[in-house]
Amino acid sequence: MADNNPFPGENNTGHIWDDNIRELANPPPRWWMIAFWASIAWFLGYGVLYPMYPIGQKPTEGVMGWTQIKEYQEGLDEVVAVRAEFENQLKDMSAKDILANPGLADYTVASVKVLFGDICAPCHGGGGQGGPGFPVLADDDWLFGGTVETIEQTIAMGRKGIMTAHGKILSDDEADKLADAIAAGNPTSDPNFLQKGCIACHGMDGKGMQMLGSANLTDGIYRFVPGEGESIKDSVKQTILHGVNDVTDPQTREAVMPSFGDRLSKDEIKKLAVYVYKFGGGQ
Amino acid sequence: MSAEQKSPQQSAVDELYDEAEHWNLNTGEETIHAKRMGGLWRNIKWLSASVWILFFIAPYLRWGDRQAILFDIPNRQFHILNTTILPQDFWMLSLLLLFFALLLAVSTALAGRIYCGYFCFQTVWTDVFTWLDEKLEGTAPKRRKLDKAKLDFAKFRIKFTKHLIWLLISVLTGISFVAWFYDAFDLWSDFFNLQAGSTAYGTIALFTVGTYVLAGYMREQACFWLCPYARIQGVMVDNTTLVPTYDFKRGEPRGRIVKGQSEDERTTGDCVDCKQCIAVCPTGVDIRHGQQEGCITCGLCIDACDLVMEKLDRPKGLIRYESLDVLEGGENRPLLKRPRVWVYGLIMSAALAGIGYGLSTLDALELKVIHARQPLFVLLSNGSIQNKYTLKVLNKMTKDVPVKITATGPEGLILVDADGITAKHGKVTPRTVFLRVPKSNLKGENTPIIFQVEGEESGEVFVGTRKSVFIGPKY
Ligand code: SF4
Ligand code: SF4
Repeated sequence: MADNNPFPGENNTGHIWDDNIRELANPPPRWWMIAFWASIAWFLGYGVLYPMYPIGQKPTEGVMGWTQIKEYQEGLDEVVAVRAEFENQLKDMSAKDILANPGLADYTVASVKVLFGDICAPCHGGGGQGGPGFPVLADDDWLFGGTVETIEQTIAMGRKGIMTAHGKILSDDEADKLADAIAAGNPTSDPNFLQKGCIACHGMDGKGMQMLGSANLTDGIYRFVPGEGESIKDSVKQTILHGVNDVTDPQTREAVMPSFGDRLSKDEIKKLAVYVYKFGGGQ
Repeated sequence: MSAEQKSPQQSAVDELYDEAEHWNLNTGEETIHAKRMGGLWRNIKWLSASVWILFFIAPYLRWGDRQAILFDIPNRQFHILNTTILPQDFWMLSLLLLFFALLLAVSTALAGRIYCGYFCFQTVWTDVFTWLDEKLEGTAPKRRKLDKAKLDFAKFRIKFTKHLIWLLISVLTGISFVAWFYDAFDLWSDFFNLQAGSTAYGTIALFTVGTYVLAGYMREQACFWLCPYARIQGVMVDNTTLVPTYDFKRGEPRGRIVKGQSEDERTTGDCVDCKQCIAVCPTGVDIRHGQQEGCITCGLCIDACDLVMEKLDRPKGLIRYESLDVLEGGENRPLLKRPRVWVYGLIMSAALAGIGYGLSTLDALELKVIHARQPLFVLLSNGSIQNKYTLKVLNKMTKDVPVKITATGPEGLILVDADGITAKHGKVTPRTVFLRVPKSNLKGENTPIIFQVEGEESGEVFVGTRKSVFIGPKY
């Protein structure tokens, strides 16, 4: 072929089609070849250093012993090590002591934020803003008390409010009037407040009793916020007529805070209490 | 198809092929050994290149008890003389980048790739490396010969010395770069004590390899294939741009000098086809084909040709800085009549003004206020509305300073939890505070309020204020 190559001296491979289309044997540019061999060398080196070749059940391990899980674990250990200094201090402190120490309180808030997001935020909102049927944690109106100890207790043991349905002992008209008085923040102005025994739980002044978890009816803050298109009065009346957690009334309000004592460690609960306290309503 | 009966299409294509034959791009298969000679532009080039001496020595300048210019990345602060720039002020950096981007644009529009030819590190380092070539291996023909020669002891010694010096320059380049980010004196001691840390060693290694390969081997190929500016600048050049240009009207038809012929009988143009302009070109360009992508407008061919013209008693400037417009018999549009100059100039001044403003208002104490989103407000049992804010106090001074926070706004406003804050120096100190306002004192959903931070340091009082908003219920 080389003897009768019609295109001599141009470095073709001798493969010629259609008279003049021919394959040339020009080498790729040098930089390209360097890059080509360098990537092969890289590939081989990488395979020695890192897990790569799938031989048998598992890939080869690589002489550096690197694994993703290990790297993750190391990262995690680093975090734990940084936190350990604080965590060790927190261990023997009460929530109240933590609050008294600004540095530790800041650490607590920062470090338990994620846990709050996982455990508490689904009902109470990421900022403690509450939600339909779930109380606001950022205000200073507490059903069961706003000291950090009671908050801790609430998280550990859970809470369940109780109010019997009053539909049987109050006429619709009476319930209406009573709801009006409560919505105006002045429950004692309605004689029924005393006569029908509301005072037993909500107190002579209507300000509630934290021992029982009964709501303060005078401060304009409502445990059950009105739903869509409802006035405050409508929602108060609903509560009066059907009660809270009253099993005899199918329309009753549900208000249960589950206990987390068996799901979270004591330290976690303590930290969460500090976090909730720091929303701005702690007492 | 025989040559006699060429179709018009064929001859058109042939013309293109002819043109392409002149289009000779060296893609690195041949090392360019440019001739080095003196001259005006050569001197200017050394002068402009000497700017880079700063790169090597500036890190050793001190300001008080620290480095005068230090980009302290681990601590997230830049020190430039007495100014400290924290991440919060980084918008100024974008203005600075904008300024330099446009400086490149405007200089390219006016005088082509002067950045490439006179200032670019690729050009400058390559220039120094080839200067070394010349010092160690001799003139361009000698170098070519040496490259081809068999490796004997003499060649080995020369090459070894050269690569050693290349390597030294490369390492020095790497260390000098890192010294802008790492206390320079500490760096040297840490470097040799193996204490400098993997980032420092990694960067130095990267720069060493980079310098060695780019300035030693890649050279003009980096300008051809790697550098984005080279390509961007091509589109910024226009007919009014001053670039090294071969005056083809004067030069053509080129021709060698005929022995014994007097100047009056000469039928050729001024160009004697001595190819000196090609010989000196660091990128292997033949400028007589016109301005082209390889040319970094370094002006060395001007020097070369001028020398030839001087010897022949012909006027200098056969190759000179000239615009296409002038070469084609037109006139250069005055600078101030070019819209690009105005537009670029305006944007650059705006960027500079912004930086000036930024630097003059770098407060020692700064306050940022973040209003909590969830909830926007809460109603308290005494009838007040409470808002939650995260305050961030930035202290750029060198000492921790106790600060006082105050807030002004609607009547009856109470600030809670804002006592006892100490602003840590060079850091942001966060604090969550609450504002309470009696509901009856709120006129609308949003009420403007102002936070103020006040701190005293060495008898001087620093104040920072920040506007925010107090949010209440809808009515
Ligand atoms: S053509 Fe002239 S100006 Fe352009 S790079 Fe070569 S020597 Fe420099
Ligand atoms: S150096 Fe001047 S005279 Fe010589 S070939 Fe180049 S343009 Fe022509």
